[in-house]
Amino acid sequence: MSDHNYVPSSKLGKWFNDRLPLLSLSAHLREYPTPKNLNYWWTFGGILTFCLIAQIITGIVLGMHYVAHADLAFDSVEHIMRDVNYGWLIRYVHANGASMFFLAVYIHIFRSLYYGSYKSPREVIWIIGMIIYLLMMMTAFMGYVLPWGQMSFWGATVITNLFSAVPFIGESITNWLWGGYAVDNPTLTRFFSLHYLLPFLILGLVILHIWALHVPGNNNPVGIELKKPSKDTVPFHPYIVIKDLFALLLFLIVFAFFVFYSPNILGHSDNYIEANPMVTPAHIVPEWYLLPFYAILRSVPDKLLGVVAMFASIFILVILPWLDTSKVKSAVFRPLYKQFYWILVIDVVLLGYMGAMPAEGTYLLIARVATAYYFIHFLIILPILGKKEKTLPIPLSITEPVLGGSIKPGMVKKKEMYN
Amino acid sequence: MSDQKKPKRRDFLFTASYALGAVGVGAAVWPFVDQMNPDRSVKALSSTEVDVSAVEPGKSITVLWRGKPVFIKRRTQTEISEARSVKMDDLKHPEKDEDRAKNPEWLVMLGVCTHLGCVPLGDKGDYNGWFCPCHGSHYDSSGRIRKGPAPTNLEVPKYEFINNNTIKIG
Repeated sequence: MSDHNYVPSSKLGKWFNDRLPLLSLSAHLREYPTPKNLNYWWTFGGILTFCLIAQIITGIVLGMHYVAHADLAFDSVEHIMRDVNYGWLIRYVHANGASMFFLAVYIHIFRSLYYGSYKSPREVIWIIGMIIYLLMMMTAFMGYVLPWGQMSFWGATVITNLFSAVPFIGESITNWLWGGYAVDNPTLTRFFSLHYLLPFLILGLVILHIWALHVPGNNNPVGIELKKPSKDTVPFHPYIVIKDLFALLLFLIVFAFFVFYSPNILGHSDNYIEANPMVTPAHIVPEWYLLPFYAILRSVPDKLLGVVAMFASIFILVILPWLDTSKVKSAVFRPLYKQFYWILVIDVVLLGYMGAMPAEGTYLLIARVATAYYFIHFLIILPILGKKEKTLPIPLSITEPVLGGSIKPGMVKKKEMYN
Repeated sequence: MSDQKKPKRRDFLFTASYALGAVGVGAAVWPFVDQMNPDRSVKALSSTEVDVSAVEPGKSITVLWRGKPVFIKRRTQTEISEARSVKMDDLKHPEKDEDRAKNPEWLVMLGVCTHLGCVPLGDKGDYNGWFCPCHGSHYDSSGRIRKGPAPTNLEVPKYEFINNNTIKIG
C-alpha cells in the first residue's frame, strides 16, 4: 500500500510526519493509482460516503430536538416539522437521505455484481460491504420506528416478531428485544440509542472497506488486474476527485428533487397517524428498500422457513465470492453471465414490486417464482456457469484495446509487448 | 505447551486463569444483556380487570393487557356450535373449543396474530372469525388458525371470572 516514500517539504511537516504519518496518508490518498477506464458506475463509493456523512450530521441535529418517549415522540417530530428553525428541511433531508443512501448502495452493489468486483483478491472488501449493508438495514429500520407513527409501530412489531419464529426461545427473545410484552416505550428508547450508535459503526467499517480497497486497488470495467502505477492508471487526485464530485452534483439534483418537491412520496401516509397498539393498518409495508426481502419472507407459507429464507437471501450474498466459480471478472467478457445478470436485476425489481402488493392470488404466485429464481441464480446458475461458460478473450491491459483498435484473440498472446 | 504428555504446573495455571477470566467476563456482560429484559415495573402490570356486562351476544370488545390487545367475544349460539362441530383433523393446530372457552359464551384471547404480531380484524375471513390483514391468516370462531402463514391458534391468556360481570386477565 504505502510503497512510496513521501517526505514533507516543510521542516514542521517533517517533524510531525515522523511522529504521526498523517501527511503520508494524505499523500497516499492523493497519489493512489486508479484505473483510467473507471466509468460513472464507480462514482457511487464517493456518493455513499457523502450520504453517510449527511445522515450523521442531520441525525445529530434531529437528536437535539427529538424526544425518545412513547408519549412524546410523535409530537416532538411534529415540533421539529413546524416549530424548529429549518427543522422541516433537516428532517426531510434525513428521511429522504435514507432512501437516497439505499438507492446509491443498490447501484454500488449491482455494479459490483456486473463487473465481478467481489472476486479474488477483493473478497474482504465485499464482505465488509455486506456487513455495512446489513447494518444500514438495521439502522434504517430503527430510524423508521422513532417517529412513533402507525407504520413505525407496526413495522417494529412485525420485524421484531420475526425472531419469535426461533424454536423454543423465540418468545424470550422478543420479550428481551421489546423490554416488555409488546412494542412499547422501552423498545422506543433502545431503538433510539442504537439508531444513534450504528452509523458510527458503519463509519468505522467504511474506513476498513476503503483500506481493504487500497490494498489490491480498484477493479475496473475490463476486470483485469493492473500494474500500478502504470500507463493504465491515473492518480486519484485530481482525476477521480473531480469526476466523483461531478457525479455527486448530479446525484444531489435527484436528492433535492425529492426533498423539495415530493418529500413524502417515498414514505407512507399512515405514519402521520400516531402509533395505536389496538389497531393494525389495513395494509402494512416496509420502506421501499426492504421490499424484495419482505416479498421473500411472505412467499414462504411457513413462518420459520419464511424467516430463514429472508435471512438466507442476504447471507447468500456474503458467500458470493465462492459461489461464482468464473475466473473472469467483468460481465463484458461473459456473454451468458451478462444475460443472467439482467434477469437477476429484473427478478429483484419484481420481488420489490410483489413486496408492496398484497400477498395473495397471482401476486403470491409471482413472488414465489421470483424467490425461487433468486436462490437458483446464486446457488445453481453461478457455480455451473463459471465452469461451462465460454468467455471472450480478455485484454492484457486497459491500453491494449485502445491501441489495438479492437479486442482480437491474437492480441492476447502478445503479452511481452505490455509487460 | 511442552513436549511431555503430563500437564505441568504452568498449564494448570493457564487453564485456571482462562476459566476464571471467562467467568468474570460473563458475569460482567450479563447485566448489560439482562437490562433489556422486561423489568419489575413492567411485570407488575400483569393483570387487568374488565367489566363485560355491557357486551351483547355476537359483539366483542378489545382491551389492552400488558401492551397487547385482548379480544373478549360474547359468542352467539351459532358461533359456538360452529366452533364445536369442527373436526380435529381439519385443524392446523388442533385444540378443542371446549378447552379454549371454558364458558362457551365467552371467548377470551390475545388479539395478536401468531404469525408476526398484527391485530386481526373481527367478523372477517373465510371461517366466520378473524382475519389478519398483514399476511392473510384466517382464524375461525374459536380463534383457531385455519388458513394462512400463522403457525398456531390465537393465544388464550390466563383469565378467570371474578363474578358474573368481571373478567380478570393475567
